[in-house]
Amino acid sequence: MSALSSLPQASSIAPQVDTLFWFMVALCVIVVVGVLIAMVSYSVKYRRGSPADRSGRQAQSLGVELTWTLIPLALFIGVFTWSLFVFAKMRSPPPDSQTVYVVAKQWMWKTQHPGGQREINALHVPLGQPIRLTMTSEDVIHSFYVPAFRVKQDVLPGRYTELWFTATKLGSFPLFCAEYCGLDHARMGGNVVVMAPADYARWLDGNAGPQSLAVRGAALFRAHGCSGCHGANASVHAPDLDGLYGRWVQLADGSTVIADDRYIRDSILLPKKHVVAGFAPLMPSFSGQLSEEDLVALIAYLKSTARAASDPPAIGAESTHEHD
Amino acid sequence: MAYAQVAVAHDDHSSHDDHKPHGWRRWVYATNHKDIGTMYLVFAGIMFFLGGSLAMLIRLELFRPGLQFFDPLFFNSLTTMHALIMIFGAIMPAWTGLANWQIPLQVGAPDMALPRLNNFSFWILPFAFLLLLSTFFVPGGAPAGGWTMYPPLMLQGGASFPMTIFAIHLMGASSILGAMNVIVTILNLRAPGMTLLRMPLFVWSWLITAYLLIAVMPVLAGAVTMLLTDHFFGTTFFTAAGGGDPVMFQHIFWFFGHPEVYILILPAFGIISEIIPTFARKPIFGYEAMVYAIASIAFLSFIVWAHHMFTVGMPLAGELFFMLTTMLIAIPTGVKVFNWCATIWKGSLTFEPPMLFALAFVFLFTIGGFSGVMLAIVPADFQYQDTYFVVAHFHYVLVPGTIFGIMAGVYYWLPKWTGHMYDQTLGKWHFWLSAIFVNVLFFPQHFLGLAGMPRRIPDYAVQFTDWNMVSSIGGFGFGLSQLLFPYLIWKCIKHGVPIGNRAWEGAHGLEWELPSPPPFHSWETPPTEAVLARAAVH
Ligand code: HEC
Ligand SMILES: [Cu+2]
Ligand SMILES: [Cu+2]
Repeated sequence: MSALSSLPQASSIAPQVDTLFWFMVALCVIVVVGVLIAMVSYSVKYRRGSPADRSGRQAQSLGVELTWTLIPLALFIGVFTWSLFVFAKMRSPPPDSQTVYVVAKQWMWKTQHPGGQREINALHVPLGQPIRLTMTSEDVIHSFYVPAFRVKQDVLPGRYTELWFTATKLGSFPLFCAEYCGLDHARMGGNVVVMAPADYARWLDGNAGPQSLAVRGAALFRAHGCSGCHGANASVHAPDLDGLYGRWVQLADGSTVIADDRYIRDSILLPKKHVVAGFAPLMPSFSGQLSEEDLVALIAYLKSTARAASDPPAIGAESTHEHD
Repeated sequence: MAYAQVAVAHDDHSSHDDHKPHGWRRWVYATNHKDIGTMYLVFAGIMFFLGGSLAMLIRLELFRPGLQFFDPLFFNSLTTMHALIMIFGAIMPAWTGLANWQIPLQVGAPDMALPRLNNFSFWILPFAFLLLLSTFFVPGGAPAGGWTMYPPLMLQGGASFPMTIFAIHLMGASSILGAMNVIVTILNLRAPGMTLLRMPLFVWSWLITAYLLIAVMPVLAGAVTMLLTDHFFGTTFFTAAGGGDPVMFQHIFWFFGHPEVYILILPAFGIISEIIPTFARKPIFGYEAMVYAIASIAFLSFIVWAHHMFTVGMPLAGELFFMLTTMLIAIPTGVKVFNWCATIWKGSLTFEPPMLFALAFVFLFTIGGFSGVMLAIVPADFQYQDTYFVVAHFHYVLVPGTIFGIMAGVYYWLPKWTGHMYDQTLGKWHFWLSAIFVNVLFFPQHFLGLAGMPRRIPDYAVQFTDWNMVSSIGGFGFGLSQLLFPYLIWKCIKHGVPIGNRAWEGAHGLEWELPSPPPFHSWETPPTEAVLARAAVH
């Protein structure tokens, strides 16, 4: 058992996951050892030729069958309910979480902070600050896995997946790619470095890129002609994107969706997928013209224009528009 | 009745070729269930050693951190091919082989219902595996995308990609034909008086397995065909850039994949349920409960598939639904384990090799089953998914589970097939070495997984070194011990002591009413009610 206990509990969720885990271990050990004891002791006691009393044997018994059906059922419903609470917590990032973008590719992790700081195979985060990762892949499926935080999330091409954690221990923790992704899957990893907030602020200053993500996004917004249609005095009838992020949008097909990262990404790459009510589907697809990193910058720009800082939607809750 | 018709047809046939054909014709044109069963079993044995050798190479590379022996591409081919060979080449053909040998003997049928189809379904296999194995020699090497074949990664495959897919189509066709034959045989060729609820549990478990096979093998074929058209014909089922969805592949694949794991284990449940009563000299506890348990497992196996995908990011309701169903499927499985324990209660036990394998199965399969329940707990699964914990889990259910089940079956029926008793001391050596090394091999992998070691990696961080070394040592020990098995079988055929009809005094079932070895054509006249009553298994 050395393995798990030697692994630090370095995130706010880790102790809860571990309690659940150890409870399950205890449950399993009780039953497995029970089965072992029964088998070994019966094997000894009822070996052929032993004097043990063999009267009153039964070939079946409904009562017995029901007992060992219903007791596990009750236990499992209990564990299910407990897991529900832990899981609910794992899926709801606190409103004050700070977003970092992660782009995976064969075989490296690229991370981008809102201030424009970019890292490869590393992620610096401040202690105690909820961090929300918005992740996508440029090629195949990868999986972002930090064992010390007890978090893992697959990273998929063509869509955003999310993950959040609050680091509770200073230090550097290994980051792995858990989903098999080809040749150098074994070597695709890095470190998550947890720093005291003051050190983190210094780190941010020291590594500030030429421009923040949002500023770069604003430049892309002009360079790719988005502003030509979406700008204030555009000739085309297109929605104003200022303050769009995080709001509900009414679509032409009658459904509503929340304008999150995934929605904006789809609007840019697959504009026919969601047409805004009251507008003609004039927007061209930018698929193939923008890299994953450009998309992330555009989203950061649109986000920066969001006037009311609305709460981020819960992870997964935004999937309403996935199945239409 | 159907029985009578076929018996007549069969008489017709045997009138012009009364004794068995000789030479290569006997095997190439084989329509006799015993010959075909033997071929299936020999084929499975060869594949078991081939897949096992690949596993030895994997453990060799993982003995120490760093890349010692193989480049990562070849290592990735090893893991992919090991899985494909073991699942489709070793385990599934072994089950079909046992079905071929035993089902007609156990239900009192003269042969399988569709003998020519039987020949065809076997002979597809060597070609499927020639195709698959030849990928080792094409440019780019054998498939390295993992046996789960997830796109977009799988689509990056080279020349091996279409070959692998065609090989899978062939294996699937073979399994479907085999399953049809089993269903038709069981439903139509049972001897008069052999009612469904009188059937031995091995027959029951195979009947249900056969339905699972027919339901899900076409799904796998569909999934891989979609991969093929995505790669060669410009479709975008799984390509995000074209509006497709790589996650859809996972849903389709695991809709096949989860029932598949029960296809691999259910016949073992059947065999264990025959062996334990024989050596406990007491009927199985709760025969009907056992049948219902298998049926409920089979039903639930269709609605748990996405537990392989918790970390993909599904809607909340999806994650919860699959967590709940996965926990539920553990309940009928538990019922079986408890019933086996209750069967030995107040029995009169002896511990010949089949019994040893069966008892070890019950205990070690329970460990694998429980790590499965732990994986079902979504918030905890995020920690184990795609790590060595999962590797440990499924190897516990497949090696001391399925493989021990197959070995128990062979040890149980080998005297029937050959007419000779084997060297039981050697069999016990084989058992103890296997049972010890299998735990040295797989138990430490739980620890590796909990410490965060991802699966499918040729190189790992130094903190994982110790348990990897232990696991490799267990692996080499387990691999070497298996060499005793073919030696024992060879020795049994050549020098075994002849035995009578009932190789094990506590054995019940129609097969033990026949001579050992049974005549080439058995049950040409159906067993009488007196024989049926004597053979009753419960
Ligand atoms: C040819 C004009 C045109 C260009 C260029 C254009 N768009 Fe659009 N866009 C539209 C129109 C019209 C709509 C509304 C109809 C629809 O949803 O397809 C729209 C909708 C959107 C939406 C959804 C708005 C909402 O209210 O939900 C987003 C986000 C968006 N565009 C972003 C962009 C970005 C980023 C670019 C530059 C990379 C861009 N657009 C370029 C015309 C354009
Ligand atoms: Cu990877
Ligand atoms: Cu499964």
